[in-house]
Amino acid sequence: MAEFSLPKNSRISEGKTWPKPASAARITTFRIYRWNPDDGKNPVIDTYYVDRDDCGPMVLDALLWIKNNVDPTLTLRRSCREGICGSCSMNINGANTLACTIGIDECVDKGVVRIYPLPHMPVVKDLVPDLTTFYAQHAAIEPYLKTVTPAPEKEWRQSPEDRQKLDGLYECILCACCSTSCPSYWWNGSRYMGPAALLQAYRWLIDSRDEDTGARLDKLEDPFRLYRCHTIMNCANVCPKHLNPAKAIAEIKKMMVVRQV
Amino acid sequence: MATQNRSFRTPRANVTGLGAAHHGTEHFWRQRLTALANLLLIVPFLWILAAAYGRDYASAVAIVSHPFSAVVLLLLVVSVAIHMRIGMTVVIEDYLPNRAQRVVAVIANTFFCAAVGLVGVFAIVKLSVGRLLL
Repeated sequence: MAEFSLPKNSRISEGKTWPKPASAARITTFRIYRWNPDDGKNPVIDTYYVDRDDCGPMVLDALLWIKNNVDPTLTLRRSCREGICGSCSMNINGANTLACTIGIDECVDKGVVRIYPLPHMPVVKDLVPDLTTFYAQHAAIEPYLKTVTPAPEKEWRQSPEDRQKLDGLYECILCACCSTSCPSYWWNGSRYMGPAALLQAYRWLIDSRDEDTGARLDKLEDPFRLYRCHTIMNCANVCPKHLNPAKAIAEIKKMMVVRQV
Repeated sequence: MATQNRSFRTPRANVTGLGAAHHGTEHFWRQRLTALANLLLIVPFLWILAAAYGRDYASAVAIVSHPFSAVVLLLLVVSVAIHMRIGMTVVIEDYLPNRAQRVVAVIANTFFCAAVGLVGVFAIVKLSVGRLLL
């Protein structure tokens, strides 16, 4: 059966409760997943108290406040702090999102913010997941223009209408929130391409300049690569860029049917 | 993921695996066709069920063996059996990561759906045409 319980070395127990900041008026509790590959121990949940009057409004601000003021060993990825690099994706109070674009007050549940790494991925350390397979899947759909016609002297031209078809697709920042929220991806993550890769596949399938559409469809036509999508829609629910990978996948399936029926 | 291994295969090689199967669309399409057929056939089926409900054996048999009822029931049994097989196959592929278990389960599922479908077809044919032959 699919593994519905965590393997023994992934079971989580209670970790350390860090001291409350002295003389803080407004405090929010953060319960954060910690795992260190070097100490041989199981993951734990540490409790931190964040002085909200000394900290920015976003969850990422709080994480960096903890790193700067309480516990420098807390490990996470972050870069742009404005939702365009896709580095700080994590599971915050039960939903995958970017720590930099979600406000603490937006997600706090009875005074507590619970933070875990992206679900069902191997963990490198603390909140850093191993996304190697995810990136390889993106590479496998060949996300670049493929043509047979010799390249024109200037650019490949595209009508404004055809360009518009790429809106809602090209904005993906590969944060992996969608793919790691998808149960089909959890159970068959090495064979199912996942919503992020398929959204990008569709972006190139409908690009009017691309001449590789048939071969692209051939490479996706597979019970696992494409048809593991059961329209669960978690991908569209969590996408921090408000894209709709489920719709893109449905459009790919439609293209598959159109060329057969 | 259970498939992360310590070999020196590249992530790209793992993702490519044995390549695309180049099928799946006909299953997707057939699943939708049979879904539509089930939806359409369930109405006359309920009507036949209501008509035969509470009757004695002879008059219930007369209703079921009427050519219209028999054809509707035959179509429904075949469509449901095909739909059931596709649906269960998808569930097996989703939740059984072990390849050997998966193959055994897919075979068992196919046999079960074929048996259920054929038993249904046989029963309806026996009730309708069978009476004339005996």
